[in-house]
Amino acid sequence: MKTVNRVGLAALSLMLSTSVAFAQTEVTWWHAMGGELGKKLEEIVEKYNASQTTYHVTPTYKGSYAETMTAAIAAFRAKEQPDIVQVFEVGTGTMMAAKGAIYPVYQLMKDTGTAFDPKGFLPAVVGYYTDTDGNMLSMPFNSSTPILYYNKDVFKKAGLDPEMAPKTWEDVEAYSQKIMESGAAKCGFTTGWISWVQLENFSAWHNLPIGTNENGFGSIDSKLTVNGPVQEKHWANLKKWQDSGLFSYGGPGGGNDAPPKFYSQECAMYMNSSASRAGVIANAKDFEVGYGMLPYYGDVAGAPQNSIIGGATLWVLQGHEADEYKGVADFFHYLSSPEVQADWHQFSGYLPITQAAYDLGKEQGYYAKNPGSDVAIMQINLNPPTPNSKGLRFGNYVQIRDVIDEEFQNLLNGSKTAKQALDSVVERGNALIQDFVANNG
Amino acid sequence: MQTKRTIFSQRVLPYFLLLPQLTITAVFFLWPAGQAAWQSFLREDAFGLKTTFVGLANYQRIFGDPSYLNSLGVTAVFSVSVTVVSIGVALILALAVDRMVRTAQVYTTFLVWPYAVAPAVAGVMWWFIFNPTIGILPYLLRGLGYDWNHSLNKTDAMILVVLAASWKQISYNFLFFVAGLQAIPSSLKEAAAIDGAGPLKRFWTIVFPLLSPTTFFLLVVNIVYALFDTFPVIHATTSGGPSQATNILVFKVYNDGFIGQNFGSSSAQSVVLMIVVIALTMVQFRWIERKVQY
Repeated sequence: MKTVNRVGLAALSLMLSTSVAFAQTEVTWWHAMGGELGKKLEEIVEKYNASQTTYHVTPTYKGSYAETMTAAIAAFRAKEQPDIVQVFEVGTGTMMAAKGAIYPVYQLMKDTGTAFDPKGFLPAVVGYYTDTDGNMLSMPFNSSTPILYYNKDVFKKAGLDPEMAPKTWEDVEAYSQKIMESGAAKCGFTTGWISWVQLENFSAWHNLPIGTNENGFGSIDSKLTVNGPVQEKHWANLKKWQDSGLFSYGGPGGGNDAPPKFYSQECAMYMNSSASRAGVIANAKDFEVGYGMLPYYGDVAGAPQNSIIGGATLWVLQGHEADEYKGVADFFHYLSSPEVQADWHQFSGYLPITQAAYDLGKEQGYYAKNPGSDVAIMQINLNPPTPNSKGLRFGNYVQIRDVIDEEFQNLLNGSKTAKQALDSVVERGNALIQDFVANNG
Repeated sequence: MQTKRTIFSQRVLPYFLLLPQLTITAVFFLWPAGQAAWQSFLREDAFGLKTTFVGLANYQRIFGDPSYLNSLGVTAVFSVSVTVVSIGVALILALAVDRMVRTAQVYTTFLVWPYAVAPAVAGVMWWFIFNPTIGILPYLLRGLGYDWNHSLNKTDAMILVVLAASWKQISYNFLFFVAGLQAIPSSLKEAAAIDGAGPLKRFWTIVFPLLSPTTFFLLVVNIVYALFDTFPVIHATTSGGPSQATNILVFKVYNDGFIGQNFGSSSAQSVVLMIVVIALTMVQFRWIERKVQY
């Protein structure tokens, strides 16, 4: 059956390639950007297609991040993979380990002779997607980092200074109590992404290791270490605050229930991706929004360090013609140009990927006109990244994120203490990493 | 027992007539099932670049995995609850409609309606109704002093998925029960009534035994439904949470295979699931069918 498939596919691809050879080289891009972001992405691609005649890029929306990645992997197995696929940050470990399936970006740029300066990218962004030899493996596209949003009107009502975002968790607690006692809002704060914000970024922000071997950057055979005393204290606090109503849980994964709690002014503060900024502004019709960095515990030495990113990068898949790869390289060159990057960054709230795009925004006066839009950039650049705050890279991390959610739910519904919950995150997470090692080692 | 038999004059014709169905079964069942069985003995990375034959290791792993054992337990509770609720409620509704003289048709139409709703749509609807933040039901329950939160409370989550999964199945069961009740000769019930048997006595000694073929059929269908077809309901409401409290076997197969890319384990799980269903159906036919009166 397989050979029949292969022959059929070969014939099909031959047909396709000859038919487009007369016109343009076709480059396919599978992405996970729906809604407004998807429209913007298509606009960017259209501008590229109009700018030259040699290549034609076709973007296809494939659903959520997980669905897009799954679709690309399934397509690879059936030998019908796209040239470019957008993969979220937690899929990095899986992609990196698939040596025969991916075409590393640094290699692609070298092979096609495309001008490319890895040093022009923001280190906190590119560090996440670089191997231990300093080679860039995928093309950063949309990276964000969690920040704190707060309701200035509620702060005023509660007698707090609306221009002062809370700096520490002690502040968050004190402000929340004041807000609740004064009746300005029903709850102090909520958060999206328990795993990303309240564990991974929390650890990096306090300069604590998430795992061994530099958070997994050094070897796929690594172990999680998120059950330290500081993380334990934080989760125990979250449980305590949930019980007293100070904190309101927004659900697993991205935390779908969190944004409405902030928009409806039920909760005064809200932690989520900097890319949520557009959504926050669109929905916060009746109040003014303030922006701040993530809180930290004042008594932890080394905090605040720098936050880590989330979002997605573009991976190039093996198995296509050299011509197509030239098109991919040319398109990447266009994508990382300061104009395109600055436009995308300012539209979406994602980080500017390159220093040049950031400088361009400054020149245009964008940050002065849009207060809060540079909080995320300042936060990832607060200090040079340490081995604890470069990012994380573990196999099977998509499932480990689920484990974190499940154990957090166990904590909140009282079936486990903070220590027990974090210990099982580590234990179950390590088992999943070992599975990955067995499948890929 | 009577048997019907048709004798074909030609040998080839019967096979030819069976061919379309056999082809469909082979392509859509035997082939994928065979692939799953084969995959369950392999260990593979996500992209299929490295494949190792590991024998029964995948099976050993899943049976030593607490989350799989939990999923087995959850599935048992879930499928029994869904079957009992959907058959029980449907029977009560069918009996109520059966007693009606004029409006039975109208009620039947209304009660069958939910069956036309796609499971995913039903799931989203229940998700809205029960949403702890924006749902109407938690709001009402809070008024009564109960803090409904299925994103944290395991019992709440189970109640939610059982209700959502049963709701549309009730329509299906109802339809069969109505038909079954109409097939029971009223002379039997009337004779019993004349002999002085009350409504409950008549139900247990006449109606229920005569309905047993229908009930048996629905039992098989509903258990299979609860095990397989409830995937969209789980996907749209709880996604198996909180803490895997509603992570039924079929959802776990999807999660580990399609989201987690662990094809070996996922295939082993689906083979186990297949064996469970075959075994259950066989048990039902061997043991329960004997008690059924046709």
